Amino acid sequence: MRLELILFAVVALTAIGSAVAMLLSRNAVYSALFLILNFLAVAVFYLVLGAPFIALAQITVYAGAIMILFLFVIMLLGAEKLRELDPVRWQRPAAIVITLALAAEGTFAVFSKLDKTITTQSFAGTLADPVSIGSVLFDKFALPFEITSIILLAAVIGAVVLSKAEKKEGGK
Amino acid sequence: MNGVPLVYYLALAVILFSLGAAGVLIRKNALVVFMSLELMFNAANLLFITFGNYYQSLDGQILVVFVLATAAAEVAVGLALMVTIFRSKGSIDIVQMNSLKG
Repeated sequence: MRLELILFAVVALTAIGSAVAMLLSRNAVYSALFLILNFLAVAVFYLVLGAPFIALAQITVYAGAIMILFLFVIMLLGAEKLRELDPVRWQRPAAIVITLALAAEGTFAVFSKLDKTITTQSFAGTLADPVSIGSVLFDKFALPFEITSIILLAAVIGAVVLSKAEKKEGGK
Repeated sequence: MNGVPLVYYLALAVILFSLGAAGVLIRKNALVVFMSLELMFNAANLLFITFGNYYQSLDGQILVVFVLATAAAEVAVGLALMVTIFRSKGSIDIVQMNSLKG
């Protein structure tokens, strides 16, 4: 129990620290790299909570594909050296107050409504392996799965149209 | 790490979500705002997995798969928009994104 709590604290502090560092970095490339660290830390939690398939999908899809796309776009645009315009003066304090209120309210709700003695448990070994994930995905969730493919198709077409229309205008 | 109280995971998800919301409110660089959105997705996914563990059910993990796919679609369209906006305005500062016509 003690060792588990220490491990939880280390990984949780990594996740929170990398999220804060992502917010505070001036350079967008550093932000992206800190976000990758955050995804890796959360993937460790998934692994521990009995979701090995999701943990590895998180690493390959988020850290591998999405964040590399982010880094590619940042470097393509040269946006890492974005000059900061003057913000609205009260915006930053107001944002911090709102965020602290949100965090305090959420944490209070979690700690006041739920039984603190409930602990996480280990999955039975065969429950969360890719085979059972796949059988649930294509059986119980077959229709949402197909709808997801339509969303992805729409995203692909949208991305192509958005980048192509500008090119045509530039040629005029 | 089995035996860690469930509320710790929920509190962690709340904190990560709040940090993502802070990023959306504070930062001016639209790409960093996008990354903060991903952080909030991540916090929601952590909740799904935690409650999936609590109920010993695979449904939470399946929902995370759908969230992953939707986030990938959102990022593809969003980054294409960023590139288009950058080409027309020369910047991706959200303060300057105040017109729909390029």
